[in-house]
Amino acid sequence: MTTVDMRYTGSALDRVEGLEKVTGRARYAFENFPADLVYAVPVQAAIARGEIRAVDVDAVLEHPGVIAAIWYGNAPRLVPSDNADLAVFQSRRVAYRGQYIAVVVAETYEEAKEAARLLRVEYAAEDHDVRLRADHPNMYRPEKVNPNYPTDTEHGDPDTALTVAPVLVDATYSTPAEHNNPMEPHATVAEWDGDALTLYDSTQGASGVRDTVAPLFGVPPANVRVISPHVGGGFGSKGGPSPYVIIAALAARHVGRPVKLAVTRQQMFAVTGYRTPTIQRVRLGANADGRLTAIVHDAFEQSSTITEFAEQTTTPTRIMYAAPHRRTTHRLVRLDVPTPSWMRAPGECPGMFALESAMDELAIACQIDPVELRIRNEPDADPESGLPFSSRNLVACLREGARRFGWADRDPAPGVRRRDRLLIGTGVAASTYPVYRRPSQATAQAHRDGRFTVRIAAADIGTGARTVLTQIAADTLRTSPDQVLVEIGDSALPAASLAGGSMGTASWGTAVVRACEALVEGLDRRDGDLPAAGMESSADTTEEIGAQRRLSRHAFGAQFAEVGVDTDTGETRVLRLLGVFAAGRIINPKTARSQFIGGMTMGLSMALFEESIMDLEFGDYLNRDLAQYHVAACADVRDIEALWVEEDDPHLNPMGTKGIGEIGIVGTAAAVANAVHHATGVRIRDLPIRLDKLMR
Amino acid sequence: MRPFAYERATDVRSAVATLSERPDAVYLGGGTNLVDLMRLGVVSPEMLVDVTRVVDATIEESAGGGLLIGAGVRNGDLTADPLVRGRYPVLAQAVLSGASGQIRNMATVGGNLLQRTRCSYFQDTSKPCNKRRPGSGCPAREGDHRNLAILGHSSSCVATHPSDMAVALAALGAVVHVEGRHGPRTVPMPGLHRLPGDEPDRDTVLEPGDLITAVELPELPFATRSRYRKVRDRASFAFAVVSVAAALDVADGVVRDCRIALGGVAPVPWRAELAESALRGAAATAAEFGRAADIELAQARPLRDNGFKVPLARNVLVGVLTDLAEAR
Amino acid sequence: MDVQLSVNQDQHPITVDTRETLLDTLREQLDLTGAKKGCDHGQCGACTVLVDGRRVKSCLALTVTMDDREITTVEGLADGDTPHPLQAGFIEHDAFQCGYCTPGQLCSSVGMLAEFAAGWPSVVTPDVSAAPHLDEGEIRERMSGNLCRCGAYVNIVAAIGQAGR
Repeated sequence: MTTVDMRYTGSALDRVEGLEKVTGRARYAFENFPADLVYAVPVQAAIARGEIRAVDVDAVLEHPGVIAAIWYGNAPRLVPSDNADLAVFQSRRVAYRGQYIAVVVAETYEEAKEAARLLRVEYAAEDHDVRLRADHPNMYRPEKVNPNYPTDTEHGDPDTALTVAPVLVDATYSTPAEHNNPMEPHATVAEWDGDALTLYDSTQGASGVRDTVAPLFGVPPANVRVISPHVGGGFGSKGGPSPYVIIAALAARHVGRPVKLAVTRQQMFAVTGYRTPTIQRVRLGANADGRLTAIVHDAFEQSSTITEFAEQTTTPTRIMYAAPHRRTTHRLVRLDVPTPSWMRAPGECPGMFALESAMDELAIACQIDPVELRIRNEPDADPESGLPFSSRNLVACLREGARRFGWADRDPAPGVRRRDRLLIGTGVAASTYPVYRRPSQATAQAHRDGRFTVRIAAADIGTGARTVLTQIAADTLRTSPDQVLVEIGDSALPAASLAGGSMGTASWGTAVVRACEALVEGLDRRDGDLPAAGMESSADTTEEIGAQRRLSRHAFGAQFAEVGVDTDTGETRVLRLLGVFAAGRIINPKTARSQFIGGMTMGLSMALFEESIMDLEFGDYLNRDLAQYHVAACADVRDIEALWVEEDDPHLNPMGTKGIGEIGIVGTAAAVANAVHHATGVRIRDLPIRLDKLMR
Repeated sequence: MRPFAYERATDVRSAVATLSERPDAVYLGGGTNLVDLMRLGVVSPEMLVDVTRVVDATIEESAGGGLLIGAGVRNGDLTADPLVRGRYPVLAQAVLSGASGQIRNMATVGGNLLQRTRCSYFQDTSKPCNKRRPGSGCPAREGDHRNLAILGHSSSCVATHPSDMAVALAALGAVVHVEGRHGPRTVPMPGLHRLPGDEPDRDTVLEPGDLITAVELPELPFATRSRYRKVRDRASFAFAVVSVAAALDVADGVVRDCRIALGGVAPVPWRAELAESALRGAAATAAEFGRAADIELAQARPLRDNGFKVPLARNVLVGVLTDLAEAR
Repeated sequence: MDVQLSVNQDQHPITVDTRETLLDTLREQLDLTGAKKGCDHGQCGACTVLVDGRRVKSCLALTVTMDDREITTVEGLADGDTPHPLQAGFIEHDAFQCGYCTPGQLCSSVGMLAEFAAGWPSVVTPDVSAAPHLDEGEIRERMSGNLCRCGAYVNIVAAIGQAGR
């Protein structure tokens, strides 16, 4: 495999769009103003299950400025698809409380909002069921789990192995529903010109939105253009089009004018996805020396009645530790709840909270240092597939982290370190995330003034994609970053995979390298003599990625936490967090550090604060704003550092990279919970670690 | 939001006259809570009377040796004032622990006192709430109430009062100056806020048209030894789970006098009068502080999921009083 | 209602719905989209602007109340083409990722440093009656009204600490 000659890759280039962002010039989706635009405000169902009997459209049409009110009764029919969530206003059925059931369009935002508030809807409500429990009679085995993993795996005879194991950990952990809550709420500006649709959308993948939206309206994908140069975060929630995009397009077509629609923060708790709550039972059998003989990890999750989303909660357990006998399972129940979806490291994140908490419990049971316990169970090949790892440096991360953190003289006794009113403790957990890569296309163009333009429908949702692609292109083109303009965030550009699964740099970078290589080859052939229009080359990586050798490819890491727990109040504060990661080659140490730290910060937030509370009586997530759904604030984040170990893996991609967007959140919550146990002697198995769980 | 008329008051008397005649009108101060509630559809006035330019916004020493704080003083300015910081640190700390710097720069002292509860059901117009829609029911009793009241609640409402500032003012025994239909009058704190009983929609004893014009702090020399401690789910920018405002006067190891109020536990800022009387004359020890806390909290009637607030309030109260007793 | 709005020292005679917030007026009427709408409820800080030099949340301010005020948005922080030191510091320290909370963080930190210079305490100031000392703990507390979901806090604090010195 050809690799890039590194000159700018590996350097700490400032974000190329930095100045635009700090001056307020960077334009996000809702900040586009086509002429003659109107505002759309969607209406949410006030029941969790049942039917819409009637909507009083006529009454709101009499309000000032109101242009239209659209619901099932008067909505145009969409072309049926297999995504039931996107079939907006196509049925009387209400599948969950907060589902979009109507939209009001008016001349101004205030007029639309007031009319939406006043819209009278008559329902026939039915009893709802919104409570996840492991013994729910409707639990079933989905055919696969996200994105395409086997639902269950089994090797050896785990049941017998657990029975005879000298040391047994058998514990049930739970994680609550959590909402992505990117700072920019989802928004779209939709404009039709005949049968052509332009969407200024806040999305993690312009190509994907185009390909999903076009068929719903019966137009070819070429008729739809999705523009999203800047995206205010997504964390998975902007991975595919949510219902609001369809509503905006439908409303714009219905009223014949461009429509602006922004999901409100409160609405986001129902209509833009969330992390499923999980209940997880982990059983570990081990010898007295801590060597695992059996690992069994069973997960129970929820999805909505209209869409099956089965999160891959136990998949990290399939690759983490050696053990001859093992089983992983996923069971799902369909409830009258909003459809869960991707949230930063779906699967790995909650799954590793359970596994890495259980490993801590095993370390205590065996009286072995938890760092040493993990090293002792290091496999020499993928423990389930048997495939070699392309590279695996978990042990190096654990050792380097332990050294930097000052782990060596740790007294394992819980509940004995006091500082004023605080009990102090430290904890460790491992991190992992798979290495994905998807086919993408790119073009590279040389201009006569020596500058280059690289085009790919990639997305920069804050990851630094625009910057690292600039670095990668500069090196491949043997020029400097200031000579390269990378155009992204537009479906009119060469099609690309979405910004998700930590695969952006790997997928897009491969296409950019190949397009740039082809251009350099062409330029070399012409000896630098360029036609007036410049010269362009393109690449499509479908074949290259399809031919990739079968290996077990994963990034690894180790996270260390120090916490202080107030003995009067149970308040837990994370005093220190250190993450050490092995994630292939790091293209930009500045933005990479931000990605790792950002993931760890969200992990801290998950550990201590985040919880979407299901209101059993009404069937919706109750605490749906940022005063009630707490995410970490500045004061919560004291001392976080992220480092990485050198990792030269030739089996990845031309850049030698593994993804770094998600691994930072994996394991953080377990490291914090393990530190809380070390501080207090109290084992918190259900997140978040709220003060009332530690009050005595 | 329902359309409304906006009028800028020219003086306090005419503002009061306007509101006395128009039950659909409300005063606009900093707007940080009102505008939010209007946007949520929780309140829908037809007229806003902006009083920010007519209500006094100065802090001066009062005739009685205390401080007179204009109701229009922004929370940020209150916490910056040297007299407040020096003489009543509990008040500065309480205000500083509330909201964010941006909101403190907008919110007024009068508006802060009149904040509405942040109970989820109150803020969600698609659900019943006796405080918002009398007689509709209280889903919080059986629903989510982890952070609701343990003291002073009724079968019709279990909400808590959200203000930190009000807790400090209740402890200090502040007096609220009100301009009403029939002229000026004063309302002592505690006493401004009322327990829900079977009328939870009425948060305070104020009558239609009443406008808070000032808050007067009494002379309280030992308030220089005072403190506000707020327990919350995140380190900053969150409402109290439990808070304690206290001032302590200790001589020769004996409590001569004290002022204590609790926040986050009741529909009103909760003056802990039972604890105060138990402490006067008692030894300034953790044991006595605990005994006093137990006497106060014996009245608690926790709900299914908020029983933890009883030991939490006890621990925080003992901790704050112990710190004050040890402080020099 | 007719209002004369002064933003970044430009005068804007405009007609507004009384219901309109300053945030919506800036974004939808004046094309000043730097101030962001992250929650529209005063709970995230992305809409922070300076009013008469003080940081406030523009999503909670009605435009009709603003006609005798001087408003500064992120678009008005730079001195011509020269970025404000905090803007340069945010780039240098990589104090943002998606950039959506950034204008609010910047306006908030400008206002916060002014409050600090005026001797305002915070809830973490050890002696509330004494002048505060600008350290990381003070910055963190004072910036807690500006949420950042990308998790750039440590870099934000570093950038502000450098500018504040």
